[in-house]
Amino acid sequence: MTENHIRGIDDLGKSGIEEILALSDHFHEVSTRRIPKVPALRGKTIALLFYEDSTRTRLSFETASKRLSADSLNFSIGSSSVKKGESLRDTIETISAMGVDAIVVRHGSAGVPWMLPRWTDAAVINAGDGSHEHPTQALLDCYTIRKNLGELNGKRIAIVGDIKHSRVARSNVKAFLALGASVTLVGPKTLMPFNTDDWGVETTDQFDSVIGDSDVLYMLRMQLERQQKSFVPSLREYAKEYGLSDSRAQSMKPESLIMHPGPMNRGVEVSSNIKEHPKSVVNNQVANGVIIRMSALYYLLGAGSITKLEGFNDE
Amino acid sequence: MADLERPNTPLDGGVFHARSEIMNADGVRRALWRMSHEILEQNRGLSELVLVGLEVGGVHLAQKLAENLLEIEKQKVPVGTLDVAFYRDDIGIRQVTPSNPTDMPFDLTSRIVVLVDDVLFTGRTIRAAMDAIVDFGRPAAVQLAVMIDRGHRELPIRPDYVGKNVPTRRDELVDVTENGVLLGVMKDAKP
Repeated sequence: MTENHIRGIDDLGKSGIEEILALSDHFHEVSTRRIPKVPALRGKTIALLFYEDSTRTRLSFETASKRLSADSLNFSIGSSSVKKGESLRDTIETISAMGVDAIVVRHGSAGVPWMLPRWTDAAVINAGDGSHEHPTQALLDCYTIRKNLGELNGKRIAIVGDIKHSRVARSNVKAFLALGASVTLVGPKTLMPFNTDDWGVETTDQFDSVIGDSDVLYMLRMQLERQQKSFVPSLREYAKEYGLSDSRAQSMKPESLIMHPGPMNRGVEVSSNIKEHPKSVVNNQVANGVIIRMSALYYLLGAGSITKLEGFNDE
Repeated sequence: MADLERPNTPLDGGVFHARSEIMNADGVRRALWRMSHEILEQNRGLSELVLVGLEVGGVHLAQKLAENLLEIEKQKVPVGTLDVAFYRDDIGIRQVTPSNPTDMPFDLTSRIVVLVDDVLFTGRTIRAAMDAIVDFGRPAAVQLAVMIDRGHRELPIRPDYVGKNVPTRRDELVDVTENGVLLGVMKDAKP
């Protein structure tokens, strides 16, 4: 039974984050090869359980599994016994009985990844649980920033938008702070969580006040599906106050980055051509997503799992 | 279980205690010169030749061999580096952490690849390296150069160029640098 999981950034700590980023330099090299595949996790089975929709996260985990030569089992609720009313526990126990080494799970309820180890011996990776955490997104963002700006230590990062509902923001704040960056959360008060006092961050509702001295503007997706609760008066007003327009991008520092976890609402949190802006590393983030997920899987199933055989002897 | 030699992965704790010097700096230098000439003679020149140093211990030896070959033949030989961690057969059995990213900026198809490592022991690293090599193309031939062959092979692998054959105990450890070759053991670090 493994104690190794990536359920939240706290499962890794600074040393775990550093280890995964170091592995990513290797997998980055692998991904540039003519045959971008290594036999590292041959014989391992990885189950992908997505109770919520996803494009890039699911595809990048699947690609990562294949590039490590692991087998992946794909599970989406639309075509499974969950439709017949099977409980989470029964589903996990069923998959577990088939012999999986890792379970990648996305679920609408916060805390699901922490429940899984009760029912399975597999390593658990959180691919997003409710509004709680999304640690591999934070890791790939750290890697992207490190690749583009050298390091995170001392950098000023503004996370802008719907902080309240964002699992990306929660994981990213922890990871950015662990690596020595300072973080400012920017958004209307209605979209700011209540308990940010112990997060170790600054908060503001004045976007324009932070643009000039931020090294990274991290734009969050406006979660349109939640807008019937009227957290903002209108999307147009939100876009005007908190959207990254071309003119706002003009006043950014020379060596700074625009990031977005995707999927993007063009014309809401970013203007329609921001993805193609010279400072934008959004496509970079997607490419690094595969690399980081290779690192995360290898960290759990390769580098980190030590079950020493008696008398085992090797150079 | 005794402490083991793991030159291409971080040693998990412990301190290396040298017991004897097998070669001094001059010995290493002379062996590299001889091996350079042997590589040249065996392959009748340097065309199509590529040196690939295995991380970590083989990299500086491969670079040294390339310097020697440049001096002898006035011809540059491409040098790549290879980290075989992801190809090892003991992933999941022990901690396998890569050291430095592979750097192989050329296709190996139809080239003569000389793998360079510091110590040849069980042969499992070389097995992994050969698996890795074919992901970079289909070489015309793969040869093996090592500074120390210490025996205890577990696979049908033999070196083409050897600095020195050294009979060892399994639990001993061989340390190769340009300053010489030491034979010793790992002892637990004092708390």
